[in-house]
Amino acid sequence: MSAIAFEQVSVAYGKSVAVQPFTDTVKAGEWLGLIGPNGAGKSSLLRAAVGLVASGGNISVGGSPLELHSDRQRATLVAYVPQSPIIPVDMTAFEYVLLGRSPYISYFGSETKHDRAIVDDVLERLDLAAFSGRYLGALSGGEQQRVVIARALAQEAPVMLLDEPTSALDIGHQQQALELVDRLRREHGLTVVSAMHDLTLAGIYADRLVLLHEGVVVASGAAGDVLSADTLAEFYGVHVTVHHEPDGTIVVIPRRTPLDP
Amino acid sequence: MLEQLRLSLIERSSRWWYTGAALVLVGAVLFGAMIGPAGPDWWRVPLALLDHLPGVRIDSGVTDVEWAIVWKIRMPRVVLGGLVGGMLAAAGTSYQGVFRNPLVDPYLLGAASGAGLGATIALTVGRGVTSTWPVDPVPTVAFVFSVATVLVTYLVGGTFGGNRSGTTLVLAGVAVVAFTTAVQTFILQRNLDVVREVFAWILGRLSGATWANVRLVIPYVVISVVVLMLHRRHLDVLRVGDEEAASLGVSVARTRVVIVLAATLGTAAVVSVSGLISFVGLIIPHLIRLIAGSSYRRLLPLSIMLGAAFLIIADIPGRMLTSPAETPIGVVTAFIGAPFFVLLLRSRQAQR
Repeated sequence: MSAIAFEQVSVAYGKSVAVQPFTDTVKAGEWLGLIGPNGAGKSSLLRAAVGLVASGGNISVGGSPLELHSDRQRATLVAYVPQSPIIPVDMTAFEYVLLGRSPYISYFGSETKHDRAIVDDVLERLDLAAFSGRYLGALSGGEQQRVVIARALAQEAPVMLLDEPTSALDIGHQQQALELVDRLRREHGLTVVSAMHDLTLAGIYADRLVLLHEGVVVASGAAGDVLSADTLAEFYGVHVTVHHEPDGTIVVIPRRTPLDP
Repeated sequence: MLEQLRLSLIERSSRWWYTGAALVLVGAVLFGAMIGPAGPDWWRVPLALLDHLPGVRIDSGVTDVEWAIVWKIRMPRVVLGGLVGGMLAAAGTSYQGVFRNPLVDPYLLGAASGAGLGATIALTVGRGVTSTWPVDPVPTVAFVFSVATVLVTYLVGGTFGGNRSGTTLVLAGVAVVAFTTAVQTFILQRNLDVVREVFAWILGRLSGATWANVRLVIPYVVISVVVLMLHRRHLDVLRVGDEEAASLGVSVARTRVVIVLAATLGTAAVVSVSGLISFVGLIIPHLIRLIAGSSYRRLLPLSIMLGAAFLIIADIPGRMLTSPAETPIGVVTAFIGAPFFVLLLRSRQAQR
């Protein structure tokens, strides 16, 4: 069964088209990496899946179309980690992660013991228990990122969408955050769709890559097929060499454009 | 040291805070009832109040005339002050929440300027006509104009692209407030003889409050406060911004409308009887955020109780200082509030 399926999904802002009809099926437990230059439509596609932009076509989770669900129900199916989350500096980590339980609370209701237990459990699993009562403003960038992922995890949705989850982090924290997502995926069978800038990391963590350019899928498949020097040169306009490690890892190395003599 | 005190206060349980705030409010009510230019000895007042509780008999030594001063003059004023202060603080807190801006006050979308325009029109046009009416039309007209102005802001905000985000509403508010103020100034400038009356109205007052005034505003305040209290959790979710709140399943635009309308209804009702008392809606939530933390679940009830207490107490110097001619309460709130606010911000900044 497919975890999340896109059928002819298109996004337009006024007259400018951000995503041309996009079709893809992401299997349960799979990690799909969306790559492509700025403005290629990666974020728009993710935002369409959480209902933040109007879209054409059909997106379904576990075979059931999202448009048939209320906003609250949708939030129990798809969790979203935005590119630059708003961090209320004077909110505690616990309060923040508790917001992830919102979709389960009726309009006039409030959090139950069960919701609080889930938050404690999530904080525990992400090694954040010690930060529970701390203000977000007092946490480092890497810790904040983990708290944001914790909030998405507290939604207990089968699908997690990540928009550039590591763009603000140093290399160590990038790796930590992605390892964390990967671990959660394995432990909980989460399906992950992430937009990523770092092509090497995208190749390492995602099972499959889709390269978007001006809203159109121009390449898709395993990292080895998508990340070729020619393809990247054509769509990113970059000069790179692609290095294949013996273990199958693909490393994309930026090169200086040689000066004309 | 101040910062440590602040943190230890924030860590107190909500129950501790609610109890504390309730005690402060009860203290303010008693204080307000005990003090005034005429009337019984101050220490007899609590006894007299107890004496009038059903089933309680205490010889308070308060004469019937003195009791009338307490019950018919001071108490309506205290209760009205509490309702106005609590309502303005609740509305300010809610506005700050939906617009995610701690410097916003309940007058942002035109509730005050609309009421001002309404009062100006009622006082100008109606002077000759309404002097024989059994009811004073000024509060009603102010109320209607207040609510109508906010609705106009809301409609104008919707024309800037349709999504009615916080920013578009605030900008629409700026335009609408400027426009209504211009109309009001124009009317005043052509009717200079009512300037004094309008000015006194704008500055706000609780003097001359009657139980009829209290009965007039109480339904609106109760409805507004109940609706706002039911949305405390939503205000907390909105702290992560419209988009993230939407991704968590909150219907942001609808929630914002409900909260803004509820806050506006209550604000319009209280300003229509008390005038444009400034600063309470801004300073009280801000102050409580500094000392009790910023979760709206706690902020809103504390704002209501302490806003009520603040206005009751702020009303006291007004009646004592220059009695019998009273200092307008709007002047007192700003006079006490502004320096206190600056001190608080300074002490907080110094710790950073």
